[in-house]
Amino acid sequence: MNKLTSLLLVASAVALAACSNPDRYGANGGAGGAGGAGGINQGGLGDPSDPNSIAYFNQTIGDRVQFAVNESTLSPQAQMTLTQQATWLGSHPNYTAIIEGHADEQGTREYNIALGDRRANAVKGYLVAQGVAANRLQTVSYGKERPLAVCSDEQCYSQNRRAVTVLGAAGGV
Amino acid sequence: MTPTLALNNQSPRNDPREGNVMTFIRSLCIALAFTGVAATTVSAQSGPLRITITDGVIEPLPFAAPVFVAENSGAAEVAQRITQVVAADLSGTGLFREIPSSAFISPVTNFDAPVAYADWKAINAQALITGAVSAGSDGRVNVKFRLYDVFSGAPLGDGMQFGGGQGDWRRIAHKVADQIYGRITGEGPYFDTRVVYVAESGPKDARLKRLAIMDYDGANVQYLTDSSTIVLAPRFSPGGDRILYTSFETGFPRIKMMDLASVSSKALADLQGNMTFAPRFSPDGGTVVFSVSQDGNTDLYSMNLSSGQTTRLTNAPSIETAPSFSPDGSQIVFESDRSGNQQLYVMSAGGGDATRISFGEGRYGTPVWSPRGDMVAFTKQNAGRFHIGVMRTDGSEERLLTASFLDEGPTWAPNGRVIMFTRESAGAGGAAQLYSVDISGRNLRAVPMEGGASDPAWSPLLP
Repeated sequence: MNKLTSLLLVASAVALAACSNPDRYGANGGAGGAGGAGGINQGGLGDPSDPNSIAYFNQTIGDRVQFAVNESTLSPQAQMTLTQQATWLGSHPNYTAIIEGHADEQGTREYNIALGDRRANAVKGYLVAQGVAANRLQTVSYGKERPLAVCSDEQCYSQNRRAVTVLGAAGGV
Repeated sequence: MTPTLALNNQSPRNDPREGNVMTFIRSLCIALAFTGVAATTVSAQSGPLRITITDGVIEPLPFAAPVFVAENSGAAEVAQRITQVVAADLSGTGLFREIPSSAFISPVTNFDAPVAYADWKAINAQALITGAVSAGSDGRVNVKFRLYDVFSGAPLGDGMQFGGGQGDWRRIAHKVADQIYGRITGEGPYFDTRVVYVAESGPKDARLKRLAIMDYDGANVQYLTDSSTIVLAPRFSPGGDRILYTSFETGFPRIKMMDLASVSSKALADLQGNMTFAPRFSPDGGTVVFSVSQDGNTDLYSMNLSSGQTTRLTNAPSIETAPSFSPDGSQIVFESDRSGNQQLYVMSAGGGDATRISFGEGRYGTPVWSPRGDMVAFTKQNAGRFHIGVMRTDGSEERLLTASFLDEGPTWAPNGRVIMFTRESAGAGGAAQLYSVDISGRNLRAVPMEGGASDPAWSPLLP
């Protein structure tokens, strides 16, 4: 008898600890972190009528801008929002921000990661041009992994093609 | 949470426990050929019992697989199960049709008794599979089988024997089915394989994702990570011992490599760049090709795993991603939007000029080179629909195999005949499932699984 082979087949499971992680979408974050105008819990973010609050930045100025299909160009409306974001960041130097780029589901996974990165960097570039120090801004893309709206129509897709400026305390990002 | 060791042979499917820690070790010894001559391929290759997989309608070949004979009292149940898995493997290809046992004229109660060909011919069984199973008190299982060409009245190839430890009965059954499939179709085997994928749960806007691995037919699911962070697109090493994937564990997408034996993951390296993703091994396992995003631009890089040396392969203001090596390691197919939208390109594995190969309407992404080297599978997006398709490596003979709201991410079976991919349904309740399809476009079917799943990657054939 011819012993062909022996095999050690191992499939295993490991638990990954989520350590210090800016990922708002981790297991404990859930959708609650989706932020801003979506009407989520604003606890701890202050009163949106207080111009120094995060809630003011998120809601009154607007923490996000939207993009056309497959585009990362900033619309005039987006530029207005970002100009106000830059002004606010200029007068609140204790805040840093992570800019999250997102895509709608009508695209392949890897491409959408790269597309979200383009969008986040378009926002970062605009804010830097408006005088925000580049070292206060980080970018990340979630591709199509974290839609804000869940329907499969343009009314949802347009909300999902977004870049969100997520404030954090300086040094704490 | 430290790993615990469990020689767990009947692992729970889709264990919902978060952070479930399991180590799963099996070994399978296979012994071949009990008729003396080395059993490799078949002498009767030119005989009438043959399916050639081409285009056009194929009438599934009817076969009979009477329950394998239990050679001792402890083997009855496992014999039944093994027979079922063998039959399911064959029927699952769409190329074979099992004749129900209720139609059988004569039972098979002795593996070595002469075959009553007339009785099998009478029920139009073109192939007859007989087997015998013995089970030791230690759980070891030995399986013998023979394949008969009923209309020629002769065996097709030698009998063979496979042995394995407790819990290996499924793998043994897949090995038997692989032999039968290979002898009748002339194609390479693929049933004794595994698939690594992303198991999905939770609502669409807060989806939980974790790496998991299963047999190709959806059995023996094991989780490799918990759901604490987003994980994407695992890829097998050519040896099947490691997987590359993308994790948001640090808050940013980074490539990690998991060693399946030690169940440990580590960052691929301290790569430059804000985000690294879309990794894939070279055919020799020594190099990884991947995307790096920096300042809003995504390009392709490769890394030598032993030296850690990184080489930039593309340098363009466009998005370059989803790279895949040719089986000889000399070329890379990838997607780029340098033309204005996503298209497929081929370049040397060392970088340099790239040749566009996709020219149809719509956008093309996620190209994967066939293990045979002759084709590229891809995702195509056109007119609001997604397709899985194949084309020759020069872009000719494009053929779409599927169409739906969202199909993406093909992976090849090791024999290059079957493709698995992700299909996601539309709407707020949309969920991802794994599907497979023959490269002829036939035999589209969902992989039987519980729960959502995406981003499959097919393993090489297990040893």
